Amino acid sequence: MIPLLLISIPLLSGLAVLLLKDSPASKALALVSSIATLALALVAVFSKGALHYDAAWLPALGSRFSLMQDGMAKMLCLLTAISFPVVFAATYNNSYQKSGAFYGLMLLTQAGLMGVFLASDALLFYFFWELALIPVYFLCSIWGGERRIAVTFKFFIYTFIGSLLMLIGILFVYSKTADHSFALESFYHVKLMAKEQAYVFALFFIAFAIKMPIFPLHTWQPDAYEQSPTATTMILSGVMVKMGIYAVIRWLLPMVPDAVSGHAMFVIILSVTGMIYASLIAIRQDDIKRLIAYSSIAHIGLMCAAIFVQNRIGLEGVMIQMFNHGVNVIGLWIVADVIEQQLGTRKMSELGGLAQKAPVLAVLLVLMALANVALPLTNAFVGEFLMFNGLFQYNVWITAIAGISIILAAVYTLNMIQKVFYGQVAEKVTNAVDLSFNTQLALGILVVLVLVMGLYPQPMINLTKDTVDAIFVQR
Amino acid sequence: MNAIIVSALMGVVMMLSGIIFQNKSLMKHLAAAGLIVLLVANLLQSYGKYVIQVDTHNLLHFEQFGIFFNTIAIVATLIYVLLSGKDIENTGVHPAEYFALVFFVLCGVTILTSFNGLLMLFLGVEIMSIPLYILTGADKKNLKSNEASLKYLLMGSFSTGIMLMGIALIYGGSGSFGINPGTPEMTVGGIPKVSFLTVAGLILLFVSMCFKVSAAPFHFWTPDVYDGAPSVFTSFMATVVKAAGFFAFMRLFESQSDLMGATWKILLSFVIIATLLVGNITAVFQQSVKRMLAYSSIAQAGFMLFALYAGNDLAKEGILLYAAAYSLATIGVFAVLIKMKDYTLDGFNGLAKTQPVLALATTICLLSLSGIPLTAGFFAKYYMLAAVVKAGGALWIVIVAVLFAAVSVYYYFRVIQAMYFKDGAAETSEITGGFKIGLLLVAGLIVLIGLLPSVLLNYFYF
Repeated sequence: MIPLLLISIPLLSGLAVLLLKDSPASKALALVSSIATLALALVAVFSKGALHYDAAWLPALGSRFSLMQDGMAKMLCLLTAISFPVVFAATYNNSYQKSGAFYGLMLLTQAGLMGVFLASDALLFYFFWELALIPVYFLCSIWGGERRIAVTFKFFIYTFIGSLLMLIGILFVYSKTADHSFALESFYHVKLMAKEQAYVFALFFIAFAIKMPIFPLHTWQPDAYEQSPTATTMILSGVMVKMGIYAVIRWLLPMVPDAVSGHAMFVIILSVTGMIYASLIAIRQDDIKRLIAYSSIAHIGLMCAAIFVQNRIGLEGVMIQMFNHGVNVIGLWIVADVIEQQLGTRKMSELGGLAQKAPVLAVLLVLMALANVALPLTNAFVGEFLMFNGLFQYNVWITAIAGISIILAAVYTLNMIQKVFYGQVAEKVTNAVDLSFNTQLALGILVVLVLVMGLYPQPMINLTKDTVDAIFVQR
Repeated sequence: MNAIIVSALMGVVMMLSGIIFQNKSLMKHLAAAGLIVLLVANLLQSYGKYVIQVDTHNLLHFEQFGIFFNTIAIVATLIYVLLSGKDIENTGVHPAEYFALVFFVLCGVTILTSFNGLLMLFLGVEIMSIPLYILTGADKKNLKSNEASLKYLLMGSFSTGIMLMGIALIYGGSGSFGINPGTPEMTVGGIPKVSFLTVAGLILLFVSMCFKVSAAPFHFWTPDVYDGAPSVFTSFMATVVKAAGFFAFMRLFESQSDLMGATWKILLSFVIIATLLVGNITAVFQQSVKRMLAYSSIAQAGFMLFALYAGNDLAKEGILLYAAAYSLATIGVFAVLIKMKDYTLDGFNGLAKTQPVLALATTICLLSLSGIPLTAGFFAKYYMLAAVVKAGGALWIVIVAVLFAAVSVYYYFRVIQAMYFKDGAAETSEITGGFKIGLLLVAGLIVLIGLLPSVLLNYFYF
């Protein structure tokens, strides 16, 4: 029952909030709904074993409304459930035109995301995959920046092409299943010839690679992150990119193991290229939002590479890092949003000396930034360590090249801190004030998560252990 | 049989009522009532009850599949009359005649869903087409409408000529007008030997049917005719009539395609790719929404052709679902388009602010046309793709199709962008509350089928 509620609470409250139009209550209702979802997600995390829900949906097609929440799904549902209240709290003072529609669409996005992480039926999965996209399209196009319409459109078409290719893949596998069913189990047990596996791999992987995004399919991402309203960007980069990674682990790895092994080198090289490439571009950015966007591409590249090395330690690292990257990147976006709201600019060249004006913000940002560089004691260190370890077992040279990105990450992150917070107090910074209470609260929660997960990551490893086990038992 | 008789009768009744009743606004109610009678008559037939028993000497063959398609066509027409009845009235001076012609078109449609011989096919196509030539020119004082009508008539007659030639050749080759000539007796090395005349005739039939459903490269009449015709009738032409054309196309080639061997798939894949290419790429460049919809109807035809390509049971279900989904969405979009003062994309700017209900319904219709999940259009496309994948062996054509589907998102979403994201004050003619409710019902139906397509398809199995 819990998996169903995790989807239906945001779905129903989202529809209700949509009807509220411009009422200020919409904001509060959205926050309450997201906190309720968080409570449920926590209940799910502490319950034992995988949770299931199953109901008839389309008997003629062999598709059922079946949900399954194992360790990985619990972890990602928790991430989704934490993100939304934090995002709502952090941007509580931002005012939106037609706020009912804004918060309604946000909650619908949450419902779609939950559905993607929970669905254990391929057709249902595809439904939620699209359902998560449509509200984001409207969110970005209505409340985004200047170039929002064109940019969001590019994003939409990109991901839509991917989805359609995945649909063909789903249909193809479905036509080969023994019992003509879309169920996850049937998909796992499908017997495909090597050539067919390669086709299926290509069809699915393009969709997931666009979503993650993996070089060279990443070109929609920096623009979309820059132009979207910040609250949406946080969800996009904090949670939505995990859809791609999650889908690779859930659907691709167990379904076509031979093709995954066969294409592993190719994908890893692409990922590592993307890491270095994105890091180099990030160094040259002046816009804080674009910098974070490129840094995100680099981090995702590492996760993708660590999946495809196909060893246990790498996959464990990916599991932890999926959660931690979400926490860290949302923290960075919150800081970027505070700066933009207060000072009216995101250009680092126009900022400087902010630490004198806003000391609390400076401390919190530095903590977040250190987590972004994966310094020991922060959460990202554990994940990156495990992932590099996995990569090392696979190929030393690739690990060495990928390792450069750590150095580059330090370069651009510290550079940002320096330019924004230290040095001469810039003209635009003179009337800056420190953080409001709600932003402090939101950032505070994230910082606690960063430190706790950095010091004691074992519970998270235990949580996702069953998923990792299942994948390595099957091979 | 019921539907054929009742629709013809209703046509005559409508014509006469134009003389008897002076009140023009009565006509649309009369037509709606007539359609409900027609619907009931058709449903009665599916339970084996006949209005009049007629021996058709095996020229017509009634089966659930065709009767169910009739139901879809009649319901779509009913929705069309309810939503746009007022606009039909306003087209010209003789509203009764327009409704009468709509009924005659339906008569043609019902023959096309049950023909069992090439002669009946010919009759059905003609009964369906001739009223359309008149409807296209209904706006007598508008030069474009006249031009479209003439163009349609000339091109239509031309394709009819080709069809007749094809039928004659098939008769010469097989000695029969039946659509199931059966397996030829002579075989050469296990492969049935088919007369050259039959194959040539089939290709001619194929060409003329492609013309009727506006598949490229026989589509050239479509944009001009759809654009020139009064918008209300374009809506009807692009939905019910087109779907019926497809139904007949599929019924005709279900058994015949084997006779053409490998040629069939080559020919068909060429037409499919050409149709998708022409429809989608040209639609991208249109500034007028009406013209865009004309090209989009070509593009959708490309998708419907997959039913012929696959030719299995799934495709049969798919064409029903596609007909329903596509008709509903197109009728919805056109109903809104007719109310707009300005047919260009810019004319839609800011519609979400001035008419939120219209904008919402149009958005759902457009999402359905582009095949987004949760709308009927998704399952329509799904069935087409699934049918081809199931038939096996042609994954490449499916991939090409979905790439074009992604292109179609571009032009459909431009309308959504104009309505929601651009500033402007879109002007509409007066919108009644009933119209809004009707539109919302259409949108609701689209979402319902999108959630549970079995609602529609289960009915098919009973």
